[in-house]
Amino acid sequence: MSAPVLEVCALAFAYPDGQQALFDVSFAVTAGEAVGIIGSNGAGKSTLLLHLNGVHQAAQGHVVVNGQVVSRGNVQQVRRSVGMVFQDPDDQLFMPTVADDVAFGPSNMGLSTSEVASRVAQALDAVGAAHLAQRAPYRLSGGEKRAVALAGVLAMRPDVLVLDEPSAALDPLARRRLIHWLRELPHTRLIASHDLDLVQDVCSRVLVLREGRLVADGTPAAIFADAALLQRCHLEPPLRQQAKP
Amino acid sequence: MCNRDAALREIASLQDAAARDTPLGRLDPRAKILTVLGFAVVVVSFDRYAVTALLPLALFPLGLAAAGCIPLGVILRKVLIASPFALMVGLFNPWFDTQSVALAGGLHIGAGWLSLASIVIRFVLTVSATLLLVAGTGVVPLCHGLRALGVPPALTQQLLLLQRYTLVLTGEATRMQLAHALRGGALRGLPLAQWASLLGHLLLRALQRAQRVHQAMLSRGFAGALPVANSYGWHSCDTLFLLGCSAFFVLVRGVHLPQALGAVLLRVAA
Repeated sequence: MSAPVLEVCALAFAYPDGQQALFDVSFAVTAGEAVGIIGSNGAGKSTLLLHLNGVHQAAQGHVVVNGQVVSRGNVQQVRRSVGMVFQDPDDQLFMPTVADDVAFGPSNMGLSTSEVASRVAQALDAVGAAHLAQRAPYRLSGGEKRAVALAGVLAMRPDVLVLDEPSAALDPLARRRLIHWLRELPHTRLIASHDLDLVQDVCSRVLVLREGRLVADGTPAAIFADAALLQRCHLEPPLRQQAKP
Repeated sequence: MCNRDAALREIASLQDAAARDTPLGRLDPRAKILTVLGFAVVVVSFDRYAVTALLPLALFPLGLAAAGCIPLGVILRKVLIASPFALMVGLFNPWFDTQSVALAGGLHIGAGWLSLASIVIRFVLTVSATLLLVAGTGVVPLCHGLRALGVPPALTQQLLLLQRYTLVLTGEATRMQLAHALRGGALRGLPLAQWASLLGHLLLRALQRAQRVHQAMLSRGFAGALPVANSYGWHSCDTLFLLGCSAFFVLVRGVHLPQALGAVLLRVAA
Protein backbone atom coordinates (compact mmCIF):
# COMPACT_ATOMS: atom_id res chain seq x y z
CA MET A 1 0.00 0.00 0.00
CA SER A 2 1.35 3.48 -0.92
CA ALA A 3 2.27 6.01 1.77
CA PRO A 4 -0.60 8.25 2.86
CA VAL A 5 -0.71 11.69 1.26
CA LEU A 6 -2.76 12.96 4.19
CA GLU A 7 -2.90 11.79 7.79
CA VAL A 8 -5.06 13.06 10.62
CA CYS A 9 -3.82 11.85 14.00
CA ALA A 10 -5.85 12.16 17.23
CA LEU A 11 -7.15 15.56 16.13
CA ALA A 12 -9.18 17.56 18.65
CA PHE A 13 -10.41 21.13 18.34
CA ALA A 14 -12.56 23.53 20.37
CA TYR A 15 -13.83 26.92 19.22
CA PRO A 16 -12.93 30.00 21.32
CA ASP A 17 -16.39 29.92 22.94
CA GLY A 18 -15.45 26.52 24.40
CA GLN A 19 -17.59 24.42 22.06
CA GLN A 20 -15.68 21.21 21.37
CA ALA A 21 -16.05 20.48 17.65
CA LEU A 22 -13.70 17.51 17.15
CA PHE A 23 -12.60 14.70 19.47
CA ASP A 24 -9.69 12.35 18.76
CA VAL A 25 -10.26 12.06 15.00
CA SER A 26 -7.74 9.84 13.17
CA PHE A 27 -7.59 8.58 9.58
CA ALA A 28 -5.22 8.43 6.64
CA VAL A 29 -5.84 8.96 2.92
CA THR A 30 -3.65 7.54 0.15
CA ALA A 31 -2.90 9.23 -3.18
CA GLY A 32 -5.78 9.20 -5.65
CA GLU A 33 -8.40 8.10 -3.11
CA ALA A 34 -11.85 9.75 -3.15
CA VAL A 35 -13.14 9.93 0.42
CA GLY A 36 -16.61 11.11 1.41
CA ILE A 37 -17.14 12.71 4.82
CA ILE A 38 -20.72 12.52 6.00
CA GLY A 39 -22.56 13.41 9.17
CA SER A 40 -25.50 15.44 10.39
CA ASN A 41 -25.40 19.25 10.74
CA GLY A 42 -22.87 20.24 13.41
CA ALA A 43 -21.07 16.89 13.27
CA GLY A 44 -17.75 18.66 12.63
CA LYS A 45 -17.29 18.10 8.88
CA SER A 46 -16.44 21.69 7.92
CA THR A 47 -14.27 22.14 11.02
CA LEU A 48 -12.32 19.02 10.08
CA LEU A 49 -11.83 20.24 6.51
CA LEU A 50 -10.48 23.59 7.71
CA HIS A 51 -7.71 21.71 9.55
CA LEU A 52 -6.54 19.96 6.41
CA ASN A 53 -5.01 23.10 4.89
CA GLY A 54 -4.07 24.84 8.11
CA VAL A 55 -6.88 27.41 8.29
CA HIS A 56 -7.54 25.96 11.75
CA GLN A 57 -4.54 24.75 13.73
CA ALA A 58 -4.95 21.54 15.73
CA ALA A 59 -5.45 22.11 19.45
CA GLN A 60 -4.46 18.48 20.08
CA GLY A 61 -3.14 15.88 17.67
CA HIS A 62 -1.85 16.83 14.26
CA VAL A 63 -2.41 16.75 10.51
CA VAL A 64 0.31 15.45 8.18
CA VAL A 65 0.34 16.43 4.51
CA ASN A 66 2.89 14.79 2.21
CA GLY A 67 4.90 13.73 5.26
CA GLN A 68 4.97 17.23 6.83
CA VAL A 69 3.14 18.05 10.03
CA VAL A 70 0.94 21.09 9.37
CA SER A 71 2.14 24.03 11.46
CA ARG A 72 2.13 27.81 11.22
CA GLY A 73 5.63 27.62 9.76
CA ASN A 74 4.72 25.57 6.69
CA VAL A 75 1.12 26.59 6.16
CA GLN A 76 1.80 28.27 2.79
CA GLN A 77 3.42 25.12 1.47
CA VAL A 78 0.54 23.01 2.80
CA ARG A 79 -2.00 25.22 1.01
CA ARG A 80 -0.22 24.55 -2.26
CA SER A 81 -0.72 20.83 -1.65
CA VAL A 82 -4.26 20.94 -0.27
CA GLY A 83 -6.76 22.99 -2.25
CA MET A 84 -10.11 23.75 -0.67
CA VAL A 85 -13.39 24.58 -2.41
CA PHE A 86 -15.75 26.30 0.00
CA GLN A 87 -19.45 25.56 0.46
CA ASP A 88 -20.58 28.98 -0.75
CA PRO A 89 -18.74 30.01 -3.93
CA ASP A 90 -19.60 33.63 -3.16
CA ASP A 91 -17.17 33.40 -0.23
CA GLN A 92 -14.43 32.52 -2.68
CA LEU A 93 -15.02 34.65 -5.77
CA PHE A 94 -14.12 38.30 -5.40
CA MET A 95 -11.93 39.46 -8.26
CA PRO A 96 -13.43 41.61 -11.07
CA THR A 97 -13.37 38.87 -13.70
CA VAL A 98 -13.46 35.08 -13.65
CA ALA A 99 -9.96 34.90 -15.16
CA ASP A 100 -8.57 37.24 -12.46
CA ASP A 101 -10.23 35.16 -9.78
CA VAL A 102 -8.86 31.86 -11.06
CA ALA A 103 -5.44 33.56 -11.27
CA PHE A 104 -5.58 34.64 -7.61
CA GLY A 105 -4.15 31.36 -6.23
CA PRO A 106 -1.39 30.84 -8.83
CA SER A 107 -0.38 34.53 -8.53
CA ASN A 108 -0.05 34.12 -4.76
CA MET A 109 2.28 31.21 -5.48
CA GLY A 110 4.65 33.65 -7.19
CA LEU A 111 4.40 32.07 -10.64
CA SER A 112 5.30 33.98 -13.79
CA THR A 113 2.56 35.82 -15.71
CA SER A 114 2.69 33.34 -18.59
CA GLU A 115 2.52 30.34 -16.24
CA VAL A 116 -0.44 31.91 -14.41
CA ALA A 117 -2.23 32.54 -17.72
CA SER A 118 -1.59 28.97 -18.85
CA ARG A 119 -2.90 27.52 -15.57
CA VAL A 120 -5.99 29.74 -15.69
CA ALA A 121 -6.80 28.60 -19.23
CA GLN A 122 -6.29 24.93 -18.35
CA ALA A 123 -8.30 25.08 -15.13
CA LEU A 124 -11.22 26.88 -16.79
CA ASP A 125 -11.09 24.41 -19.63
CA ALA A 126 -11.14 21.46 -17.20
CA VAL A 127 -14.45 22.59 -15.72
CA GLY A 128 -15.96 23.73 -19.03
CA ALA A 129 -15.87 27.41 -18.06
CA ALA A 130 -13.39 28.79 -20.60
CA HIS A 131 -16.16 30.91 -22.15
CA LEU A 132 -16.72 32.66 -18.80
CA ALA A 133 -13.16 33.99 -18.48
CA GLN A 134 -14.01 37.66 -18.94
CA ARG A 135 -17.36 37.60 -17.12
CA ALA A 136 -17.83 39.21 -13.70
CA PRO A 137 -18.20 36.44 -11.05
CA TYR A 138 -21.26 38.05 -9.43
CA ARG A 139 -23.11 37.79 -12.76
CA LEU A 140 -22.77 33.98 -12.97
CA SER A 141 -25.38 31.34 -12.16
CA GLY A 142 -24.93 29.07 -9.13
CA GLY A 143 -23.55 26.22 -11.24
CA GLU A 144 -21.16 28.52 -13.08
CA LYS A 145 -19.93 30.00 -9.80
CA ARG A 146 -19.29 26.51 -8.46
CA ALA A 147 -17.34 25.58 -11.60
CA VAL A 148 -15.25 28.75 -11.39
CA ALA A 149 -14.58 28.21 -7.66
CA LEU A 150 -13.36 24.70 -8.49
CA ALA A 151 -11.20 26.07 -11.32
CA GLY A 152 -9.70 28.60 -8.89
CA VAL A 153 -8.42 25.75 -6.77
CA LEU A 154 -7.47 23.44 -9.67
CA ALA A 155 -5.27 26.22 -11.07
CA MET A 156 -3.06 25.83 -7.99
CA ARG A 157 -2.53 22.18 -8.99
CA PRO A 158 -2.92 20.76 -5.49
CA ASP A 159 -2.27 17.11 -4.65
CA VAL A 160 -5.37 16.94 -2.47
CA LEU A 161 -8.72 18.51 -3.28
CA VAL A 162 -11.02 19.24 -0.35
CA LEU A 163 -14.64 20.13 -1.15
CA ASP A 164 -17.24 21.31 1.34
CA GLU A 165 -20.81 20.58 0.20
CA PRO A 166 -19.93 20.86 -3.49
CA SER A 167 -23.45 20.12 -4.75
CA ALA A 168 -25.28 22.56 -2.46
CA ALA A 169 -27.75 24.78 -4.36
CA LEU A 170 -26.99 23.22 -7.75
CA ASP A 171 -29.70 22.35 -10.25
CA PRO A 172 -29.82 18.68 -11.39
CA LEU A 173 -27.85 19.25 -14.60
CA ALA A 174 -25.11 21.28 -12.88
CA ARG A 175 -24.96 18.63 -10.14
CA ARG A 176 -24.60 15.85 -12.71
CA ARG A 177 -21.83 17.81 -14.43
CA LEU A 178 -20.07 18.30 -11.07
CA ILE A 179 -20.25 14.57 -10.33
CA HIS A 180 -18.70 13.92 -13.74
CA TRP A 181 -15.78 16.30 -13.02
CA LEU A 182 -15.24 14.90 -9.55
CA ARG A 183 -15.09 11.36 -10.90
CA GLU A 184 -12.66 12.32 -13.66
CA LEU A 185 -10.21 14.34 -11.53
CA PRO A 186 -6.99 12.46 -10.78
CA HIS A 187 -6.48 14.24 -7.44
CA THR A 188 -6.90 12.80 -3.98
CA ARG A 189 -10.37 14.05 -3.03
CA LEU A 190 -12.08 14.61 0.31
CA ILE A 191 -15.72 15.55 -0.08
CA ALA A 192 -17.91 16.61 2.84
CA SER A 193 -21.53 16.40 1.78
CA HIS A 194 -25.13 15.75 2.73
CA ASP A 195 -25.64 14.60 -0.86
CA LEU A 196 -25.18 10.90 -0.20
CA ASP A 197 -25.93 9.96 -3.82
CA LEU A 198 -22.98 12.14 -4.89
CA VAL A 199 -20.78 10.50 -2.25
CA GLN A 200 -21.87 7.07 -3.49
CA ASP A 201 -21.16 8.06 -7.11
CA VAL A 202 -17.75 9.62 -6.55
CA CYS A 203 -16.15 8.11 -3.44
CA SER A 204 -14.55 4.74 -2.83
CA ARG A 205 -14.51 5.28 0.92
CA VAL A 206 -16.76 7.02 3.45
CA LEU A 207 -15.98 8.50 6.88
CA VAL A 208 -18.90 9.10 9.22
CA LEU A 209 -18.70 11.87 11.82
CA ARG A 210 -21.06 12.14 14.76
CA GLU A 211 -20.80 14.93 17.35
CA GLY A 212 -17.17 15.55 16.43
CA ARG A 213 -16.11 11.89 16.56
CA LEU A 214 -15.22 9.56 13.71
CA VAL A 215 -17.66 6.69 14.22
CA ALA A 216 -17.26 4.70 10.99
CA ASP A 217 -14.82 4.31 8.10
CA GLY A 218 -15.65 1.96 5.24
CA THR A 219 -16.79 1.50 1.69
CA PRO A 220 -19.96 3.28 0.57
CA ALA A 221 -21.69 -0.08 0.16
CA ALA A 222 -20.89 -1.10 3.74
CA ILE A 223 -21.70 2.28 5.31
CA PHE A 224 -24.97 2.82 3.45
CA ALA A 225 -26.10 -0.74 4.21
CA ASP A 226 -25.70 -0.18 7.96
CA ALA A 227 -29.18 1.11 8.84
CA ALA A 228 -28.45 1.27 12.59
CA LEU A 229 -25.33 3.40 12.04
CA LEU A 230 -27.15 5.76 9.69
CA GLN A 231 -30.05 6.16 12.10
CA ARG A 232 -27.70 6.80 15.03
CA CYS A 233 -25.99 9.52 13.01
CA HIS A 234 -29.26 11.12 11.82
CA LEU A 235 -28.56 10.01 8.25
CA GLU A 236 -30.43 8.03 5.64
CA PRO A 237 -29.28 5.80 2.79
CA PRO A 238 -28.80 7.57 -0.58
CA LEU A 239 -32.09 8.34 -2.32
CA ARG A 240 -31.22 5.98 -5.17
CA GLN A 241 -30.86 3.16 -2.65
CA GLN A 242 -34.11 4.11 -0.90
CA ALA A 243 -35.98 3.95 -4.20
CA LYS A 244 -35.01 0.30 -4.71
CA PRO A 245 -37.79 -2.11 -3.75
CA MET B 1 -37.46 46.76 -4.54
CA CYS B 2 -35.93 47.70 -1.20
CA ASN B 3 -33.30 50.39 -0.71
CA ARG B 4 -30.55 47.85 -0.06
CA ASP B 5 -31.41 46.05 -3.30
CA ALA B 6 -31.15 49.38 -5.08
CA ALA B 7 -27.79 50.00 -3.40
CA LEU B 8 -26.52 46.58 -4.52
CA ARG B 9 -27.76 47.21 -8.05
CA GLU B 10 -25.98 50.56 -8.09
CA ILE B 11 -22.72 48.97 -6.91
CA ALA B 12 -23.17 46.31 -9.59
CA SER B 13 -23.87 48.95 -12.22
CA LEU B 14 -20.65 50.79 -11.28
CA GLN B 15 -18.70 47.51 -11.50
CA ASP B 16 -20.32 46.75 -14.84
CA ALA B 17 -19.34 50.20 -16.08
CA ALA B 18 -15.74 49.52 -15.06
CA ALA B 19 -15.78 46.14 -16.83
CA ARG B 20 -17.04 47.60 -20.14
CA ASP B 21 -14.64 48.25 -22.97
CA THR B 22 -14.73 52.04 -23.20
CA PRO B 23 -12.21 54.74 -24.17
CA LEU B 24 -11.92 55.67 -20.49
CA GLY B 25 -11.56 52.03 -19.39
CA ARG B 26 -8.74 51.45 -21.88
CA LEU B 27 -6.57 54.20 -20.38
CA ASP B 28 -3.80 53.26 -17.97
CA PRO B 29 -5.09 53.65 -14.38
CA ARG B 30 -2.03 55.77 -13.53
CA ALA B 31 -2.98 58.34 -16.18
CA LYS B 32 -6.50 58.58 -14.76
CA ILE B 33 -5.35 58.79 -11.14
CA LEU B 34 -2.82 61.54 -11.89
CA THR B 35 -5.34 63.49 -13.95
CA VAL B 36 -8.06 63.34 -11.30
CA LEU B 37 -5.50 64.27 -8.65
CA GLY B 38 -4.46 67.28 -10.73
CA PHE B 39 -8.12 68.19 -11.18
CA ALA B 40 -8.71 68.10 -7.41
CA VAL B 41 -5.64 70.29 -6.78
CA VAL B 42 -6.83 72.85 -9.33
CA VAL B 43 -10.37 72.87 -7.90
CA VAL B 44 -9.22 73.54 -4.34
CA SER B 45 -6.65 76.16 -5.46
CA PHE B 46 -9.33 78.69 -6.43
CA ASP B 47 -10.23 81.67 -4.27
CA ARG B 48 -12.75 80.85 -1.51
CA TYR B 49 -15.39 83.04 -3.18
CA ALA B 50 -14.88 81.60 -6.69
CA VAL B 51 -18.13 80.37 -8.18
CA THR B 52 -18.44 81.12 -11.88
CA ALA B 53 -14.72 80.56 -12.46
CA LEU B 54 -15.20 76.95 -11.31
CA LEU B 55 -18.05 76.17 -13.67
CA PRO B 56 -15.98 75.34 -16.80
CA LEU B 57 -14.31 72.57 -14.77
CA ALA B 58 -17.63 70.69 -14.88
CA LEU B 59 -16.66 69.76 -18.42
CA PHE B 60 -14.08 67.34 -17.00
CA PRO B 61 -16.48 65.02 -15.08
CA LEU B 62 -18.96 65.29 -17.94
CA GLY B 63 -16.24 64.23 -20.36
CA LEU B 64 -15.21 61.33 -18.10
CA ALA B 65 -18.83 60.11 -17.91
CA ALA B 66 -19.18 60.29 -21.69
CA ALA B 67 -15.85 58.53 -22.33
CA GLY B 68 -16.71 55.80 -19.81
CA CYS B 69 -20.37 55.40 -20.88
CA ILE B 70 -21.24 55.86 -17.20
CA PRO B 71 -24.82 56.88 -16.36
CA LEU B 72 -24.65 60.31 -14.74
CA GLY B 73 -27.77 59.57 -12.69
CA VAL B 74 -25.94 56.95 -10.60
CA ILE B 75 -23.05 59.33 -9.95
CA LEU B 76 -25.32 62.25 -9.07
CA ARG B 77 -27.32 60.10 -6.63
CA LYS B 78 -24.11 59.17 -4.84
CA VAL B 79 -22.97 62.81 -4.78
CA LEU B 80 -26.34 63.73 -3.30
CA ILE B 81 -26.00 61.09 -0.56
CA ALA B 82 -22.67 62.59 0.51
CA SER B 83 -23.74 66.22 0.07
CA PRO B 84 -24.82 66.82 3.71
CA PHE B 85 -21.14 66.64 4.70
CA ALA B 86 -20.27 69.48 2.31
CA LEU B 87 -23.26 71.50 3.45
CA MET B 88 -22.22 71.05 7.06
CA VAL B 89 -18.80 72.52 6.27
CA GLY B 90 -20.20 75.73 4.81
CA LEU B 91 -23.55 75.94 6.58
CA PHE B 92 -22.61 78.77 8.93
CA ASN B 93 -20.66 80.86 6.39
CA PRO B 94 -23.67 83.11 5.50
CA TRP B 95 -24.04 84.04 9.18
CA PHE B 96 -20.39 84.59 10.03
CA ASP B 97 -19.19 86.13 6.74
CA THR B 98 -21.71 88.91 6.19
CA GLN B 99 -19.52 91.19 4.09
CA SER B 100 -21.45 92.36 1.03
CA VAL B 101 -20.18 91.55 -2.44
CA ALA B 102 -21.31 93.27 -5.63
CA LEU B 103 -22.54 91.05 -8.44
CA ALA B 104 -23.08 91.86 -12.08
CA GLY B 105 -26.17 93.98 -12.74
CA GLY B 106 -25.82 95.98 -9.52
CA LEU B 107 -26.93 93.12 -7.27
CA HIS B 108 -25.35 92.50 -3.86
CA ILE B 109 -24.98 89.28 -1.94
CA GLY B 110 -23.40 88.21 1.37
CA ALA B 111 -19.87 86.82 0.87
CA GLY B 112 -20.84 83.86 3.10
CA TRP B 113 -23.39 82.75 0.54
CA LEU B 114 -20.75 82.88 -2.19
CA SER B 115 -18.29 80.80 -0.15
CA LEU B 116 -21.07 78.28 0.62
CA ALA B 117 -21.87 78.00 -3.10
CA SER B 118 -18.16 77.65 -3.84
CA ILE B 119 -17.80 74.81 -1.31
CA VAL B 120 -20.78 72.96 -2.78
CA ILE B 121 -19.50 73.33 -6.35
CA ARG B 122 -15.99 72.16 -5.37
CA PHE B 123 -17.53 69.20 -3.54
CA VAL B 124 -19.70 68.19 -6.52
CA LEU B 125 -16.76 68.53 -8.93
CA THR B 126 -14.21 66.58 -6.90
CA VAL B 127 -16.53 63.85 -5.61
CA SER B 128 -18.11 63.23 -9.01
CA ALA B 129 -14.64 63.08 -10.66
CA THR B 130 -13.46 60.59 -8.01
CA LEU B 131 -16.58 58.45 -8.41
CA LEU B 132 -16.17 58.51 -12.18
CA LEU B 133 -12.53 57.50 -11.77
CA VAL B 134 -13.61 54.44 -9.74
CA ALA B 135 -16.53 53.63 -12.05
CA GLY B 136 -14.43 54.02 -15.16
CA THR B 137 -11.47 52.03 -13.89
CA GLY B 138 -12.62 49.41 -11.36
CA VAL B 139 -11.29 49.08 -7.84
CA VAL B 140 -8.68 46.40 -8.56
CA PRO B 141 -7.02 48.20 -11.53
CA LEU B 142 -7.22 51.40 -9.51
CA CYS B 143 -5.32 49.76 -6.65
CA HIS B 144 -2.76 48.39 -9.10
CA GLY B 145 -2.35 51.91 -10.47
CA LEU B 146 -1.93 53.37 -6.98
CA ARG B 147 0.69 50.76 -6.17
CA ALA B 148 2.52 51.50 -9.40
CA LEU B 149 2.56 55.16 -8.34
CA GLY B 150 4.24 54.24 -5.07
CA VAL B 151 1.28 54.12 -2.65
CA PRO B 152 2.16 51.63 0.15
CA PRO B 153 0.64 48.14 -0.45
CA ALA B 154 -0.93 48.19 3.01
CA LEU B 155 -3.15 51.09 1.90
CA THR B 156 -4.17 49.64 -1.47
CA GLN B 157 -4.98 46.27 0.12
CA GLN B 158 -7.13 48.00 2.74
CA LEU B 159 -8.98 49.66 -0.12
CA LEU B 160 -9.54 46.37 -1.91
CA LEU B 161 -10.68 44.56 1.22
CA LEU B 162 -12.90 47.49 2.20
CA GLN B 163 -14.70 47.16 -1.13
CA ARG B 164 -15.04 43.37 -0.67
CA TYR B 165 -16.44 43.71 2.85
CA THR B 166 -18.76 46.55 1.87
CA LEU B 167 -20.37 44.15 -0.60
CA VAL B 168 -20.53 41.44 2.08
CA LEU B 169 -22.15 43.80 4.57
CA THR B 170 -24.63 45.17 2.03
CA GLY B 171 -25.56 41.62 0.98
CA GLU B 172 -26.18 40.56 4.58
CA ALA B 173 -28.24 43.71 5.23
CA THR B 174 -30.35 43.00 2.14
CA ARG B 175 -31.13 39.46 3.24
CA MET B 176 -31.95 40.55 6.79
CA GLN B 177 -34.19 43.35 5.60
CA LEU B 178 -36.04 40.99 3.27
CA ALA B 179 -36.46 38.37 6.00
CA HIS B 180 -37.77 41.03 8.37
CA ALA B 181 -40.10 42.52 5.75
CA LEU B 182 -41.60 39.09 5.02
CA ARG B 183 -42.41 38.51 8.68
CA GLY B 184 -42.74 41.94 10.25
CA GLY B 185 -43.41 44.60 7.65
CA ALA B 186 -41.47 47.82 7.21
CA LEU B 187 -38.43 48.74 9.28
CA ARG B 188 -39.85 52.23 9.79
CA GLY B 189 -41.37 52.59 13.27
CA LEU B 190 -39.44 49.62 14.64
CA PRO B 191 -38.83 49.86 18.42
CA LEU B 192 -35.29 50.84 19.39
CA ALA B 193 -34.64 47.47 21.06
CA GLN B 194 -35.45 45.63 17.83
CA TRP B 195 -33.23 47.99 15.85
CA ALA B 196 -30.39 47.23 18.25
CA SER B 197 -31.00 43.50 17.89
CA LEU B 198 -31.11 43.72 14.10
CA LEU B 199 -27.90 45.74 13.96
CA GLY B 200 -26.19 43.35 16.37
CA HIS B 201 -27.20 40.38 14.21
CA LEU B 202 -26.08 42.20 11.08
CA LEU B 203 -22.66 42.81 12.60
CA LEU B 204 -22.28 39.20 13.76
CA ARG B 205 -23.45 37.76 10.44
CA ALA B 206 -21.18 40.09 8.48
CA LEU B 207 -18.27 39.09 10.74
CA GLN B 208 -18.94 35.38 10.19
CA ARG B 209 -19.21 35.91 6.44
CA ALA B 210 -16.04 38.00 6.44
CA GLN B 211 -14.28 35.18 8.30
CA ARG B 212 -15.32 32.69 5.61
CA VAL B 213 -14.17 35.08 2.87
CA HIS B 214 -10.83 35.45 4.65
CA GLN B 215 -10.51 31.67 5.09
CA ALA B 216 -11.19 31.20 1.37
CA MET B 217 -8.46 33.74 0.58
CA LEU B 218 -6.02 32.05 2.97
CA SER B 219 -6.78 28.70 1.34
CA ARG B 220 -5.62 30.07 -1.99
CA GLY B 221 -2.30 31.21 -0.63
CA PHE B 222 -3.16 34.77 0.44
CA ALA B 223 -0.39 35.87 2.81
CA GLY B 224 -1.28 39.51 3.31
CA ALA B 225 -0.32 40.84 -0.13
CA LEU B 226 -2.64 40.83 -3.10
CA PRO B 227 -0.95 39.75 -6.33
CA VAL B 228 -0.28 42.47 -8.88
CA ALA B 229 -1.40 41.42 -12.33
CA ASN B 230 -0.17 44.50 -14.17
CA SER B 231 -1.47 44.03 -17.67
CA TYR B 232 -1.47 47.77 -18.34
CA GLY B 233 1.05 49.74 -20.26
CA TRP B 234 1.57 53.45 -20.72
CA HIS B 235 0.68 54.39 -24.29
CA SER B 236 0.66 57.63 -26.24
CA CYS B 237 -3.09 58.00 -25.63
CA ASP B 238 -2.38 58.04 -21.86
CA THR B 239 0.16 60.85 -22.31
CA LEU B 240 -2.30 62.69 -24.54
CA PHE B 241 -5.10 62.31 -21.97
CA LEU B 242 -2.90 63.51 -19.10
CA LEU B 243 -1.41 66.45 -21.00
CA GLY B 244 -4.68 67.47 -22.66
CA CYS B 245 -6.60 67.50 -19.38
CA SER B 246 -3.76 69.26 -17.55
CA ALA B 247 -3.66 71.98 -20.22
CA PHE B 248 -7.40 72.47 -19.81
CA PHE B 249 -7.04 72.73 -16.01
CA VAL B 250 -4.22 75.29 -16.34
CA LEU B 251 -6.33 77.29 -18.80
CA VAL B 252 -9.35 77.32 -16.48
CA ARG B 253 -7.13 78.23 -13.53
CA GLY B 254 -5.33 81.02 -15.37
CA VAL B 255 -8.19 82.54 -17.32
CA HIS B 256 -11.65 83.34 -15.96
CA LEU B 257 -13.38 81.65 -18.89
CA PRO B 258 -16.98 82.76 -18.19
CA GLN B 259 -15.78 86.37 -17.83
CA ALA B 260 -13.68 86.13 -20.97
CA LEU B 261 -16.56 84.55 -22.87
CA GLY B 262 -18.91 87.28 -21.59
CA ALA B 263 -16.47 89.99 -22.69
CA VAL B 264 -16.18 88.45 -26.14
CA LEU B 265 -19.97 88.22 -26.48
CA LEU B 266 -20.39 91.82 -25.34
CA ARG B 267 -17.78 92.94 -27.86
CA VAL B 268 -19.52 90.99 -30.61
CA ALA B 269 -22.89 92.43 -29.57
CA ALA B 270 -21.43 95.95 -29.54
